Amino acid sequence: MTAVRSKRKAFVAQKDCVACGCCVKVCPFGAIRIIKGITARVDMDRCIGCGKCVKECPASIIEIREVCE
Amino acid sequence: MTSIRSMKKQWYDYLWIFSLSYLILGFINIMFAWLGLLCFFIPLIIAIIKGTKGYCSRYCGRGQLFSLLGGRFGLSRKKDIPGWMKSKWFRYGFLVFFFAMFFLMLWNTYLVFAGAQDLKQVVTLLWTFKVPWKWAYHGTLFHPGVAQFAFGFYSVMLTSTILGLITMVLFKPRSWCVYCPMGTMTQLICKARSGRNGVKLSS
Ligand code: SF4
Ligand code: SF4
Ligand code: SF4
Repeated sequence: MTAVRSKRKAFVAQKDCVACGCCVKVCPFGAIRIIKGITARVDMDRCIGCGKCVKECPASIIEIREVCE
Repeated sequence: MTSIRSMKKQWYDYLWIFSLSYLILGFINIMFAWLGLLCFFIPLIIAIIKGTKGYCSRYCGRGQLFSLLGGRFGLSRKKDIPGWMKSKWFRYGFLVFFFAMFFLMLWNTYLVFAGAQDLKQVVTLLWTFKVPWKWAYHGTLFHPGVAQFAFGFYSVMLTSTILGLITMVLFKPRSWCVYCPMGTMTQLICKARSGRNGVKLSS
């Protein structure tokens, strides 16, 4: 199995997250979840940095960053 | 391992139909406004019992309606909302204002129940503009106070829809969710429930 591998990952500015779940709905990989109704959290193993959540987030608080593995 | 999650539509993905019907029914018979209490109690019950914002991420038809109109129908500029709109003071301030207005509405309803005031067949938009709404009132078997609550509650629902539509057009489709009082309140309940150290925030 060669899953798509990328070093681009989504990062949520959690203190500004309104936990609306818009990002969860659009993530094709189920890589983002709302924790206890407080904030979104990205599962780094699943996220491929596609940026769908970035576009969707009404508060515009998600960004894609390059990460070193 | 990365795998594509099934994006199959669930029954609750169609709840926007409920929200849309609600708005339309209010033009036909104001008493349907009472149904709106569902959108008020369900999110609170989910937050209190389960400690999640499951209502927002699953069942909220209003959010779905904005996604649909702003997304599929392209009625949104898809710009970032201004910083102050997502600040805590604005979100909490709007929550307080919204509930102050809500209690004022309940007080007016009480006055009609108590016979101190007559039923006003108007829908108040943006807490200011009184729109005659006689056509949707056909008299009822109930006390006029029951109708007064319907007019008041529908005013709240229509007002928030209008605000939501304006910010949908100007910013991202679901901008309303950033300052939606129900969203803010359920998040506060979830925070209170899990305590200060419930979730460790990163970044
Ligand atoms: S960047 Fe793509 S894969 Fe990563 S959380 Fe956002 S939507 Fe999901
Ligand atoms: S869409 Fe944005 S504000 Fe909403 S839960 Fe996701 S990260 Fe938070
Ligand atoms: S924030 Fe408000 S409008 Fe958005 S999903 Fe939650 S309850 Fe619905």
